[in-house]
Amino acid sequence: MNLQTISALVLRYLFLYTRTPMRMVELVFWPVVDLVVWGNVTVFIQKNTNPEFGNFVLFFLGGMILWDIMFRAQQGVAISFLEDVWTRNLLNVFVAPVRTTEYVSATFIVGFLRIVVTAIVLSLISWFGYTFNVFTLSWWLIPFFANLMLFGWSLGMISTALILRWGQAAESLAWAIPFFFQPAVAVFYRVEDMPAWSQPIAWCFPPTYIFEGMRDVMKSGSMNWSYLWTSAGLNLLYLALAGWLFLWILNLTRKRGLLTKFATQ
Amino acid sequence: MSAPPDTREVILEARELTREFDGVKALDRFSFQLHRGEVLGLLGANGAGKTTAMNCLLGLTLPTGGDLFAFGLELQRHRIQILQRSNFSSAYTALPGNLLVGQNLLVFAKIYGVKDPKAKIAELMELLEISHLSKRVTGQLSAGESTRVNLVKAFLNDPELLMLDEPTASLDPDIADKVRKVVRKVQRERNIGILYTSHNMRDIEEVCDRVIFLHKGRIVCEGTPAQILARSSSSSLEDVFIKIARDGEIVDEA
Ligand SMILES: Nc1ncnc2c1ncn2[C@@H]1O[C@H](COP(=O)(O)OP(=O)(O)OP(=O)(O)O)[C@@H](O)[C@H]1O
Ligand SMILES: [Mg+2]
Repeated sequence: MNLQTISALVLRYLFLYTRTPMRMVELVFWPVVDLVVWGNVTVFIQKNTNPEFGNFVLFFLGGMILWDIMFRAQQGVAISFLEDVWTRNLLNVFVAPVRTTEYVSATFIVGFLRIVVTAIVLSLISWFGYTFNVFTLSWWLIPFFANLMLFGWSLGMISTALILRWGQAAESLAWAIPFFFQPAVAVFYRVEDMPAWSQPIAWCFPPTYIFEGMRDVMKSGSMNWSYLWTSAGLNLLYLALAGWLFLWILNLTRKRGLLTKFATQ
Repeated sequence: MSAPPDTREVILEARELTREFDGVKALDRFSFQLHRGEVLGLLGANGAGKTTAMNCLLGLTLPTGGDLFAFGLELQRHRIQILQRSNFSSAYTALPGNLLVGQNLLVFAKIYGVKDPKAKIAELMELLEISHLSKRVTGQLSAGESTRVNLVKAFLNDPELLMLDEPTASLDPDIADKVRKVVRKVQRERNIGILYTSHNMRDIEEVCDRVIFLHKGRIVCEGTPAQILARSSSSSLEDVFIKIARDGEIVDEA
């Protein structure tokens, strides 16, 4: 791994974001809209119902913000790759002395930077605008964000692998993949509220532990530490699996001679 | 009349390179050597296997048979090391269209670990007479301009080995002529070995020291342009090309 190579690739994406401000807009727009709409709903419901129900809506808002963090990380990886496909740049990268690990690392960093921007914007707005603020979660946010980012990276690599395998027909998967998991990871409801048969499935995914933990912290100010460790452990497993899938498909693409077709058309 | 053996170092070599796609051989036991400082032209009709050969030599496509070496190193195993000393340009790839020309070149200069990126980029842009394009949006360049920007990228790391896939496609005769001259000049100054494909016989005659004609993935004939002309009954490389494309061989008049 060569740090200079990685930073050069990251620089390419930074140029992209500064050259085309629409990309920044997209990064800020949806989180803000979500937060304002649901923040207002929260305030409304808190005023008009008993405190118990207001609490419930708070969970909803927290779930939404954390979900968005994961989604941004996944997009950072998948969209960075697609940018190279769209601009027919992939071939230039693949014939340069860039190791696959360096390329993937650069997309991870872009995913991380996207989270930082999203998190700052969301925090500022919820801090100034609403009774709810993200910092209710205080320093728990760090392990929450970290774990969600790791899973976002894994999903990003899986999305990229599928696009490599099925070409541009699979592009919409870059946006859809996280939502395949949304029902299973208990973003907006507790695992115990899910149908019994689906609960074991929910516990297979790292984000489930984070969303459960978030609700515990909001309610009682603390959570089960083992949730964090389990989530982190599972995340490493998923990263390894996703990385293996990506490398396997990349190699398959080379074998079939499709890498270039795909990179030039 | 056979040429004396080339004693220069072999920097690129294919031994019985074979590549099948769904049972069809795009390359069939294709063997050749490229020497340091030599420009080797790869000719042949559409679908003859030129691009496939280049893609295999760049490690983008895995061969189904045969062995590839660059700088004496086995290609797949030493891919990164080899790519550090090589470069590639094609009319069919592009640098990211939404960045400025200068930004794109800076990114690639850094990827290749160029020591003084700004100076190197300025020097090469001047050489290709495109210094004025530095602040332009890459995607808005004309075909000729973007070809030359791609060539700057290809020269950034002072490659010892360069692969050019139809670098003059879609250029007007004037720009094509300039591009040929610059490629030749840089190639001579820095003693670069170049593998060059083109459908433009003018290119081949002016730029290539030696050519290989491919037909359906196999070598039909090879030699200097002069040798090939002498061996055939044709008056121009263009005629040789057409004969090979139609008959698969240089037909001698009986
Ligand atoms: N990924 C692929 N899958 C299936 N067949 C392929 C693939 N890539 C190339 N081919 C086939 O291999 C043969 C050689 O193609 P190649 O692109 O190497 O030709 P070429 O000599 O570069 O032609 P051109 O002058 O048109 O660029 C063609 O018949 C082509 O259809
Ligand atoms: Mg071709």
